[in-house]
Amino acid sequence: MTRREFVKTGAKGVALVSLPFIFKVDPLAALTTPPAGSLNLNDYYTHFGVDEAIIKQVMAAALEKGGDYCDIFFEHSISNSIGLEDNLVNRAYSTVDFGVGIRVVEGDQTGYSFTEEITPEAMKLAAKTAANIANQAKNAPPKELVLHDSKDLYPVEQSWEDVGFDEIIPKLQQINDKVLSLDPRVVNSQIWFTSGTQYVLLATSDGRIVCDYRPMSRTFAQCIAEQEGRREENYHMIGGRFGLELYTPENIDTLAKEAVRRTIDLFQAVPMAGGEMEVVLAPGKAGILLHEAIGHGMEADYNRKGESIFADKIGKPVAQPFVSIVDDGTIPSYRGSINIDDEGNDTHKTYLVRDGILETYLHDYISAKHYGVKPTGNGRRQSFRYMPIPRMTNTYMLNGPHTKEEIIASVKKGLYAESFTNGEVNIGPGDFTFYLKSGYMIEDGKLTTPVKDVNLIGNGPDVLTKMVMVANDLEVEQSGGTCGKGGQWAPVTDGLPTTKVSSITVGSNA
Amino acid sequence: MNNKEKLELAKWAVTQAKGFGADEAAVDVANSREIEIECRDQKIDKLQEATQNSMTVRIYTKGRYSGNTTNDLRKDSLSKFIEEAVAMTKYLGEDPYRSLPDSKYYAGLKDADLGICDNSYDEVSADQRVKIARDIETDTRERTDKIVSLTSYYGDGTYESVKVHSNGFEGTRRSTSFSAGVEVGITDGKGGRPSWWDWRTVRFFKDLPPISTYGEFAVERALDRIGQTKIESGAYDMIIENRARASLLGALEGPLSGRNLQQKNSCLDGKLGQKVFSDKLTVVDDPFMKGGLASRLYDDDGLPSRKRTIIEKGVLKEYLIDWYYSRKLGVEPTGGDTTNVTFELGTRSLDEMVKDMKKGILVTGFIGGNSNDTTGDFSFGIIGTYVEDGKLIKPVNEMNVSGNILQFWSSLVEVGNDPYTYSSLQRPTMYFKDVQFSGV
Repeated sequence: MTRREFVKTGAKGVALVSLPFIFKVDPLAALTTPPAGSLNLNDYYTHFGVDEAIIKQVMAAALEKGGDYCDIFFEHSISNSIGLEDNLVNRAYSTVDFGVGIRVVEGDQTGYSFTEEITPEAMKLAAKTAANIANQAKNAPPKELVLHDSKDLYPVEQSWEDVGFDEIIPKLQQINDKVLSLDPRVVNSQIWFTSGTQYVLLATSDGRIVCDYRPMSRTFAQCIAEQEGRREENYHMIGGRFGLELYTPENIDTLAKEAVRRTIDLFQAVPMAGGEMEVVLAPGKAGILLHEAIGHGMEADYNRKGESIFADKIGKPVAQPFVSIVDDGTIPSYRGSINIDDEGNDTHKTYLVRDGILETYLHDYISAKHYGVKPTGNGRRQSFRYMPIPRMTNTYMLNGPHTKEEIIASVKKGLYAESFTNGEVNIGPGDFTFYLKSGYMIEDGKLTTPVKDVNLIGNGPDVLTKMVMVANDLEVEQSGGTCGKGGQWAPVTDGLPTTKVSSITVGSNA
Repeated sequence: MNNKEKLELAKWAVTQAKGFGADEAAVDVANSREIEIECRDQKIDKLQEATQNSMTVRIYTKGRYSGNTTNDLRKDSLSKFIEEAVAMTKYLGEDPYRSLPDSKYYAGLKDADLGICDNSYDEVSADQRVKIARDIETDTRERTDKIVSLTSYYGDGTYESVKVHSNGFEGTRRSTSFSAGVEVGITDGKGGRPSWWDWRTVRFFKDLPPISTYGEFAVERALDRIGQTKIESGAYDMIIENRARASLLGALEGPLSGRNLQQKNSCLDGKLGQKVFSDKLTVVDDPFMKGGLASRLYDDDGLPSRKRTIIEKGVLKEYLIDWYYSRKLGVEPTGGDTTNVTFELGTRSLDEMVKDMKKGILVTGFIGGNSNDTTGDFSFGIIGTYVEDGKLIKPVNEMNVSGNILQFWSSLVEVGNDPYTYSSLQRPTMYFKDVQFSGV
């Protein structure tokens, strides 16, 4: 076992340690530098203090009332955040979470329970609670467990367990110094660094066992600037499934420059008249539109329950023939990527829309079974405390036949939407919004004055048909965002090429 | 683990932290048990039971600070965890403002019964829980034949926590909550699936509204949505129904916070004592409300709760400043967040207010949008009904409302008599003049 002896110990050991930064001050630990991705199934068994026999006993308890299926999800996660404010790295937060979730499924019905104590007794008790969902005489015995090999989408060079706190602090200082030095109007800066490591071991009653190590990091640089008594604020971030290698001098430089540029630009921003107008979505971040307008509506649970406006549209044309939209959990190191989903299914590149035709939903175990299709690898959960549900991963539109220049040139009066904060959708009616942090007006085919702080609102199926031009400059934002659904958070990304929507309602701040 | 045992553990952890070299430490220990049921097609779709524990140890050592949370509460694990937390904290920058509150600020902690703990929680049976969810579903389904999706909910929970500071603060809390609700989608006959929901949370099981409450409201609202459309952009009068999401009240909270003020990131900086909003707006934070969803005796810093007026007839009376930012700003702490927020009420109901509306939009829900703490600019999506000459004309959606919060809250002309009590933000219906809507 490596990776700092798999975070030093397992469940049977003394500590669930914990705060990776400190390992640097442990002289013994500092001597070893483990390679990434070197843990095997036995290491996971040891870490969680279980073996195949114990897992089978727990499964037997879970299925004792006749459920069709059960799975057991072991998780150990460690997250850290470090903050810089007023030129000082002066706060750090660490969270350690450890436990096991047990799910029993009968038909479309789910029983769920978890325990933070990974002992055979506690797990059997939780299994019996989850078992209460089932009520049938037959009893499907668990199959032999076979290790399922999964992808290796996030090989890290320097995993967070091996990174001393003393290595991160100077990087935050560098970002801060850079932000403050780039423009005399910058008056303040806040930097937030986060790192996370999740270890997952999952066993299913249909005989699959998988393990996964999931690194993550993200750093957020906020900039506040002042000019003639007017204050503006904006930010930028970098991130993905990386270790310390993410923080190269180039990335740090880009992070600071973008945060400052986006803030300073706002001084020129003027109020704009709202209403329906042509909107050109900048490549990259504007993919939030896809996430809200179509992605959620294509999550199979909303369709299985009849809630989604897309429920009866599979196989039908929903967009121009040059529009193809995919959800792809397999992009190396992207924030939304996962080697294997939280039900043990391989992740895929799944076409939601192919050449304008609505093709397939995003499935979890229950919905795939309900619809009689193969799982798409979209069953995700925030942690062992939650049952998996269909979720997006990295959602983006493929390149189209136009160019960015011709798209912008085609707009007489409209909005070029560049960066966003948040979005939301009402699944049934299909109304969705996304909030523009910064962008530009387009007048007579040219980008002119910056605009900011307006909400954009549209209807999902309607906006899909109004995507009238798509360029060939696809960008997917690696750092992505965090999506909330059913009280659970999941890391996701989205992206698209420059795209023109012929009409969307833009809020007015005139 | 009961609260007495948690208190013992917290004190032990404080001692450990000091033993490992912390100057001061604050420890919170919490546990909860929650049950959630979802019903669809007269079957339980989801049954979830969750029991969880956590300890958060905040370390203060020579101005250096960290917060550390774990769910492994075995003493041997904790001891190692705390040792590492203390060691890690020493790497951080020295911040002269970081400390536990001066113990004089702990004085005045009340010992009142806030009416937030239902001692008969354990008497609620598994069958009762399932029956409520099923009955809500049945009741809702019978109300219209247009239903295409229907999920009903029941959930309850019991929560306990203790807080111990090394310089003398000790506090304990116990509460319960019970929730029920329904979400319904209907067909509009044209491929659209308007939906609505109803959800209520109370502190005592006996206070849950009757079964018929949820479906009646959700179905009526969903049916009202049929034919919704956007209308022309322009300035309209706006009534915000009391139960609509509190997006525009939320937009005030950021600029009021000590952190945003200190970071020069607040459009309300320098406005203390000034009349910045309509004189119809009086906002009171009441932590002692009986049965309140946010009632409490002390805050996160261990400061005793106090009833306070934040805005009085449009005058900004108090910012939300926690202990740390009070030190940084060089002012007295006021408490960093709000609890139960109440308003000075008017005399009329929603219906009466609508009757007097010449031309405007009754907003019943918000979707998405955001606000800028630094400038006060905001823009939110809305769902509502167009009103002309006091009559509800047609449902509207896919529109945005935008403006600046200073201007917006000055345009408040009337406050209703109908606080929404199933929330800690007990806002009544409110009437605003000349608000900018974007639609067609």
